[in-house]
Amino acid sequence: MAELLPIKNNELILRSDIPDLKFDDFREALLDFTSEAGQAGQIVQFFAYPDQDDLKLLAVLRSDKLYVAGCDAPAKFASLTAESEKFNLFEREMAEQYGLEPEGHPWLKMVRYHANYVGKPDIFGNDYSSAIPGNYPYFKVDGEVVHEVAVGPVHAGIIEPGHFRFQCLGERVLNLEIQHGYQHRGVEKLLQTVPFKRLPILAETIAGDTTIAHTLCQAQALESLIGLEVDAGSSRVRVIALELERIANHIGDLGAMSLDVAFAPPAAYFGRIRGEYLNLSQIVSGNRFGRGLIRPGGVTKVIGSEQRDLLLAKFAELTPEVEHVNDLIFSAPSVLARFENTGTVSHADAVKLGLVGYVGRACGLPYDSRVTFPTEIYGELPANSNHVTDGDVCSRAVVRREEIMHSIALINTLLANPEAVGSYLPVHFELAPRAMVVSLNEGWRGETSHCLLTDATGQILRYKVKDPSFHNWPGLALALRDEGISDFPICNKSFNLSYCGFDL
Amino acid sequence: MLKVIKNRLEQGYRTTKYPKQPITLYERFRGLPEVNRNCSAEIIRRCADACPQAAINSETGQIDLGRCVFCGLCETLSAGEFVRFSQGFEMAAAVRDDLITYGDLPSLADHSQKHFKKLFGRSLQLRLISAGGCNACEADINVLNTPFFDLSRFGIQYVASPRHADGIHVTGPISKNMCQAVLTTYAAVPSPKVVIASGACAISGGPFYGSDEIVGDLNQLLPVDLYIPGCPPHPLTTLHALLNYFK
Repeated sequence: MAELLPIKNNELILRSDIPDLKFDDFREALLDFTSEAGQAGQIVQFFAYPDQDDLKLLAVLRSDKLYVAGCDAPAKFASLTAESEKFNLFEREMAEQYGLEPEGHPWLKMVRYHANYVGKPDIFGNDYSSAIPGNYPYFKVDGEVVHEVAVGPVHAGIIEPGHFRFQCLGERVLNLEIQHGYQHRGVEKLLQTVPFKRLPILAETIAGDTTIAHTLCQAQALESLIGLEVDAGSSRVRVIALELERIANHIGDLGAMSLDVAFAPPAAYFGRIRGEYLNLSQIVSGNRFGRGLIRPGGVTKVIGSEQRDLLLAKFAELTPEVEHVNDLIFSAPSVLARFENTGTVSHADAVKLGLVGYVGRACGLPYDSRVTFPTEIYGELPANSNHVTDGDVCSRAVVRREEIMHSIALINTLLANPEAVGSYLPVHFELAPRAMVVSLNEGWRGETSHCLLTDATGQILRYKVKDPSFHNWPGLALALRDEGISDFPICNKSFNLSYCGFDL
Repeated sequence: MLKVIKNRLEQGYRTTKYPKQPITLYERFRGLPEVNRNCSAEIIRRCADACPQAAINSETGQIDLGRCVFCGLCETLSAGEFVRFSQGFEMAAAVRDDLITYGDLPSLADHSQKHFKKLFGRSLQLRLISAGGCNACEADINVLNTPFFDLSRFGIQYVASPRHADGIHVTGPISKNMCQAVLTTYAAVPSPKVVIASGACAISGGPFYGSDEIVGDLNQLLPVDLYIPGCPPHPLTTLHALLNYFK
């Protein structure tokens, strides 16, 4: 612990203050912090970055506090994943991005399929002349009656691309492997190289359904680096926008889950009602996904008395409808029979994988970054707590139902006490040099985090994005163990993870 | 059962009367921009410089709707002097260059290819390909199947198999990693077939323009018949485009 520097969410840190450890000490500190015997902590960020001619590693960890530490990156190092699953994707990502080799990694496969940033020999033996996935050894179960089902990248619906490999014994899934990369469009590299004016537009399109959470992370991180204060009124608009995003997504997913177990009416109702909440985002921001609203320094639109009245009236109309449709779903025995004991992730596995958001909360991990590391005015607002923690589809559905009602209550409270919003003007960016800031916000899927490092001239040296889906995709794979393959859609929808947020 | 009936009564009939009756979006919605052609060159240049999407021609003042993400910065910066975003959502085009505009788009219905109307006017089946975007386009195409829009009442459906489709509807900037899948899916659609590019990404790369991980413009891969601008296009923009181009 002594090796790690405690920091605050969105705190401006000089990079010279980040503990610069020897790799062996760094490795030991991380393993100790994340172990059950130690702090039982989780990883927020763990990535490589260039510093002049060298590569360095940086880790941001959380227990009930945030910590940071760094070290020089050895070209090859003893994999941490060999000791703890929590490091799996992070190590694969740094192997892919910077050609660093975690020796002894039990599952060293590409993450997004692209050449590394620094022109080093490719860890995975790919030259990227052939289409994705290149050299990718899918996990395979042998046996006379074992069969394999391959799905994607183009799925049977209006959804994002990804590839799923099921190893099945009859209908029973022995293993599901999820292979990503199809949505990779080079977001982090763009964020590090484009003019500042493009940054908010890129943040808004990291994951379209999480526009507000990602834009909020970016705005807060840049505000710390620029030294901007945000007035309480703007903060309020931001919170309302984030909660509207949460409500719309949870409602859409509950409807879709109902459809996946062949109970059509709630799907039709919630499908439309989700649109009503998107339209409320449009009333606030001019866009159904909240685009163009949050910018470093504040918000571009106020919620004046006209918008406030529109929102309150719509909430008064919709809230009973939401309650009734939820009641319809959760009191139907045919729905509950399919939700309960389906796609279960145990508490122990959830801890090992570091699951976040409603997926984690449904497994009994209460972490909510709105509570533990509150930004904006979340510190003054009541928290939600959930009690159904069986880790199955039903628990994930119940958590979402509760969070919808909690978010509705939050927005009603905020609208009841209007506060003037400061005027917004586009600001000229000058970032603090040689600095680091990490930003965490509880997007609707869970902990969303951006970490920015600046160089000696105040340019962005490294821009690291982490969508909550990065933690939770392995959870979906585990949920399918020993399930019937026909339960995949309902398991998948109960997680509803982002492909583009993962693929960047 | 009683609950089903109660909810059914509460929900009532919710399908929009559009296109038979016009529909008005809230005044903050940023739709088709209306450029002031008498705006001073200085203000146009300032807006063009600030535009994150490089969508404004600093000489002519035209806006490229294929690049624009409708963030509204130019309207704010010029205090409405250079441009105002109207609530007009009908802005798809059959010709790429038509999207470079002062806000006076040609009628889409007149530009559609007559044989498409004959072939697909009564029944249109599309295969959507999500290719490297942010999933907002997909989300706002999906809502066309909700009761408010009820797309299938027009004989238009999104299908699972490209073999059953009359064309492809592409979203996203075509990540390199989706390039092969786009081509394979297109090849699997029987001819004659249509290609629709939806959202700033599929038309120009959108927010990701300049990335070396994307193709950035569907036209470089396949001949595009219909362009639906927006980031993402409003569901009504897509609905208007499909109805006017094919019906």
